[in-house]
Amino acid sequence: MKVTEIEETFKRISAHKGVIGIVVVNHEGIPIRSTLDNSVTIQYAGLFHQLTQKARSTVRDIDPQNDLTFLRIRSKKHEIMVAPEKDYLMIVIQSPKVL
Amino acid sequence: MPAKAIGKGKQAGGASDISRRRTTRMRGDGDDMTDMGDGTDADDWMHSKALVKPEDQLDLNEQQLKEEFTRILTANNPHAPQNIVRYSFKERQYKQISSVDQLAIHFALDGNMLHKDSDEARRQMAKLGMPDAVQSEQAGSEGGEGAGAGAAEADDAKDEGKDEGRDDAATPTPAAAAGGKKLTNQFNYSERASQTYNNPYRERGTATEPPPRATFSGSVTQWEIFDAYNEDFEKQVNKQQIIMLFVYLSEYVFLCGFQSDDVTRIANASQIVERMVNQNTYDDIAQDFKYWDDPSDEYRENEGTLLPLWRFTFEKAKKLAVTSLCWNPKYKDLYAVSFGSYDFMKQGNGMILFYSLKNPSYPEFIYETDSGLMCLDVHPDHPYLVVVGYYDGSVGVFNIECKEPVHRCTAKNGKHTDPVWQVRWQKDDLENNHNFYSISSDGRIVQWTIIKNELIYQDVIQLTLPEAPAEGPDGTKVSTVGCGTAFDFHKRNDYMFLVGTEEGKIHTCSKAYSSQFLDTNLAHNMAVYQVRWNPWHPDIYITCSADWTVKIWEVSQKTTVDTNPENTQNVSNRKALFTFDLNNSVGDVAWAPYSSTVFAAVTADGKVFVYDLNINKYEPLCEQMVAVKKKTKLTHIEFNPVYPIIIVGDDRGNVTSLKLSPNLKKMPKEKKGQPAMDPAQREQLEIAKLDKLLNMVREPTEGSKPPAATEKK
Repeated sequence: MKVTEIEETFKRISAHKGVIGIVVVNHEGIPIRSTLDNSVTIQYAGLFHQLTQKARSTVRDIDPQNDLTFLRIRSKKHEIMVAPEKDYLMIVIQSPKVL
Repeated sequence: MPAKAIGKGKQAGGASDISRRRTTRMRGDGDDMTDMGDGTDADDWMHSKALVKPEDQLDLNEQQLKEEFTRILTANNPHAPQNIVRYSFKERQYKQISSVDQLAIHFALDGNMLHKDSDEARRQMAKLGMPDAVQSEQAGSEGGEGAGAGAAEADDAKDEGKDEGRDDAATPTPAAAAGGKKLTNQFNYSERASQTYNNPYRERGTATEPPPRATFSGSVTQWEIFDAYNEDFEKQVNKQQIIMLFVYLSEYVFLCGFQSDDVTRIANASQIVERMVNQNTYDDIAQDFKYWDDPSDEYRENEGTLLPLWRFTFEKAKKLAVTSLCWNPKYKDLYAVSFGSYDFMKQGNGMILFYSLKNPSYPEFIYETDSGLMCLDVHPDHPYLVVVGYYDGSVGVFNIECKEPVHRCTAKNGKHTDPVWQVRWQKDDLENNHNFYSISSDGRIVQWTIIKNELIYQDVIQLTLPEAPAEGPDGTKVSTVGCGTAFDFHKRNDYMFLVGTEEGKIHTCSKAYSSQFLDTNLAHNMAVYQVRWNPWHPDIYITCSADWTVKIWEVSQKTTVDTNPENTQNVSNRKALFTFDLNNSVGDVAWAPYSSTVFAAVTADGKVFVYDLNINKYEPLCEQMVAVKKKTKLTHIEFNPVYPIIIVGDDRGNVTSLKLSPNLKKMPKEKKGQPAMDPAQREQLEIAKLDKLLNMVREPTEGSKPPAATEKK
């Protein structure tokens, strides 16, 4: 997949109805791309980085051959989706009210 | 008086030794006798000294002994500093002091003795109340002393003692020595004592800065160990494969170009997230797809409905028509769509889109082509290979990884002269080369083989018309050609295939005979749009045509080859087993994969018809308007091989997915009530089910013949 295609995917996702924001976080928990404002981005990046690591650790502790591929959190206000890649995390916050 | 001076000098302790010698010498000067007495003793001393001699002493000869060395003694203190600097207030700067004090004091002792003639002494004596008593006592004691020590001394000695008594009182020993005759050699006497410095104990130590420290710690979990082992194993494997990999990579890079970038790492993640976002948005549709079954079907015996699910549209494909649909054999939610145009006045570019049911809002892959596409087929064993037929008559092979076709034929190597209507992958040939067939309205059916990045073509059959060659304008005879529009290959008899033509004929052909048809059937009055074998029954096929009809046929037991080798006269005009009039041009027809008696067709007025012959042999179970707009024509239809859904393409670039209601997907085992069937059993059942129906419509002579007759050919 080329860079332009990924950029387009980003655009499509962020333009999708109900999507509040996208945050891409590197393996250190530092946000490298975001559509949210700075403070919220940092909060999401830091907290979800930890949560994802914990979730992954949980899955792998139970079975080392298993791995975490996706994490969805349904909250009262949002649905937060986390897609962990080898070195990156992609976090998308979507509002279910519009659905 | 010299004695007095000496007495005074004794105060400076360092000079005491010298002064003593002086006194004795002075005394010696005055006394010859003692000198004489000393003479023998001195000789003794000399002798003894000559004997004791260090072993390594130099032996000097006369000349060396006579050599003179001049030594000059100066009164300078060798340890006196030469460079004392004092600040001169007058000149306001530090100046070196030229005159250095040469005096060196070796010993100083403050005594408590007073000169008795001094004022202080007198005052003290007065205070003690003994005027001159000291003097007399002094004299007395001296006299006693002199008497005690030197009784044998002469009278002159007494005088001397009286003389010296005064100052010798302070130094009794020399006085006694002077008084005693036994002291033989006063020069040979020396007593020396020295005390070396007791150096104070010192302790020296330094403390350096401590080196920086850091604490390392970590915890390990089971899966981290597992990963580490895996990594190590992979490394070992990679070493062996690295050469192979390099070859592969270089080829891959050459074909597809570099695609390594930082952002690309989250490509996969972004794709998943996009699907999830879509799943949330179209949650109700996803739920319907999975769980909803029309409950009203239970009360309607012979009717069913289609529930529209997702509609797939793409901005760039809106003005193009869907020219074919193909489900991916590996991923059951993925399908390919080719776009082109059926309007021969408005031809433009084409497109291939790959859609996934998981992301209805945007295609997974997009490939744009310069010419309109008329058909495509996905390789059943290698789902990344897609063959397409262009409107300009060429065929091309796409690899999903690349934007451009990997192979495309040109006018030089076998390109068709008319649009390619259908392409189909075949089993790999004996050398394991991929190959496929194409059919075009120029009358050729061509087999294409991919050999080492090259497309090799071979004409299989040239379609001809039974009429005599037409007369050209200049009198030459031009042989008329048939126009192939559709074909389908038999599922089991690999060599056998059906060809539909624009004249409405169906030819049964064999790959082995390039000049003759096994059978020809005048099936339709207008162009055949689609022909498909029944997936279960080996002798049944279905056709659809622009003449508004869908027909079901059975392969003729008596082929034209048997009767007439010339193949021109005996065009059988048999009756179809079933004929359905759909009141409009039928664009496509497809058998359901789950039942031998179910098929669906789409028409140009936007309707989908679903039939189940087992339930109703005359009327469709479902006739439903699917197109959004009135004028939209439906062009193609395809059943999903697994899920109970169909996809329908129209001429506006839309693809609609529809769910079949329970009445439309009735399985045979419902009737039997058996627990489970293996595939062979199932097939027998499906064939039996269809045969039972066919027996009612078969012509009596044909039906009695054994079905193995065709397979002998």
